[in-house]
Amino acid sequence: MTPEEIQQSLAAKFGDAVGPLQPANKDPWVEVKPAALREVCAHLKADPQLHFDCLMNLSALDWPKQNQIHVVYHLFSYAKKHAFILKVKLDRASPTVASLEPVWKSADWLEREQFDLLGVTFEGHPDLRRIMLPDDWVGNPLRKDYAEQPHYHQISTTRESPLDGFIRLDEMKKRAASAATATATGAETPAAEKKELPQ
Amino acid sequence: MSKHYAQDVGQVVTTRTSFIDDIINLARKSSIFYLLFGLACCGIELMQTGGPRADIDRFGSVPRATPRQSDLMIVAGTLTYKMAERCKLLYEQMAEPKYVISMGSCASCGGLFQLAYSVCKGVDKIVPVDIYVPGCPPRPEALTEGLLRVQDKIVRERWFAGRREIGQRAPGLGIDYKVSA
Repeated sequence: MTPEEIQQSLAAKFGDAVGPLQPANKDPWVEVKPAALREVCAHLKADPQLHFDCLMNLSALDWPKQNQIHVVYHLFSYAKKHAFILKVKLDRASPTVASLEPVWKSADWLEREQFDLLGVTFEGHPDLRRIMLPDDWVGNPLRKDYAEQPHYHQISTTRESPLDGFIRLDEMKKRAASAATATATGAETPAAEKKELPQ
Repeated sequence: MSKHYAQDVGQVVTTRTSFIDDIINLARKSSIFYLLFGLACCGIELMQTGGPRADIDRFGSVPRATPRQSDLMIVAGTLTYKMAERCKLLYEQMAEPKYVISMGSCASCGGLFQLAYSVCKGVDKIVPVDIYVPGCPPRPEALTEGLLRVQDKIVRERWFAGRREIGQRAPGLGIDYKVSA
């Protein structure tokens, strides 16, 4: 089936919960209301005409200006050899959507990844915890406003540029040279330095 | 030997340089067992270095699969914070005296992934490093050179040679790491 036909069959069954087919010149996708996602996906898998037996990929995008997080589902049917893309738009403050783990088992780790990196909560997931980062990690790194912590378990997360060391070395040499000239010329130069200090 | 030693330490007036030291160090430098610790693509070069072409076995260096039997840890690859804690644990499990080679840019400073949120910016933030081998990844020849530098370091360590400073009693036989320069 073509994406248009898939969208039409979904719209016929679910009505307003399924949006129109978006940019048809690229990979066409369809927006689905978060509340209807589980039913739509169960239908996509169970319907003999659609027969989407594979969740190829599950990813998410962060849109701070729109204050939204989009979760993207790439579906594929090995039986019918067609693909389809669903998107769910969630509130950025508390992104929560139903888990698709009961529909496609492959959603298990994919949803844990999005929970880990973007903080999307999947309701009904059997084991929702971080998959890659340590359990005590602070924040979700793929959020656009993520700020790195200064330390992780007493390990500093920054490293000085080696060029800064050379700059310090130059300054040390200059100070040593000026001190040497000061001792050579006598007590006049230290007095001048003392005048400069209060400024 | 004694001349070389006195130059490095500076304060030393008299030395009782022992040939036992040289013999011990010869044995130690010729049997540096390194821990198999390939973390990323540097691990491939590490395998090559142990392989037939570069063959660091000719310097007496063979891989061990446990830190308990290792003298040298070659940190080969990108070190994440999650792995950094394991790396420190492995280092602490090694028996003294132990050495660390930081292999490649990633282990030395974070390298290509220096701005990544999950990558430790250098293994020297968690364990002391003896030799840094630059490269991305370093060729087996470069890692072999790093191993030879570790050998140089081992050869200069003093174990039984007595030493004393001006106006002090000479200490008895004893192990003193700090003597090596």
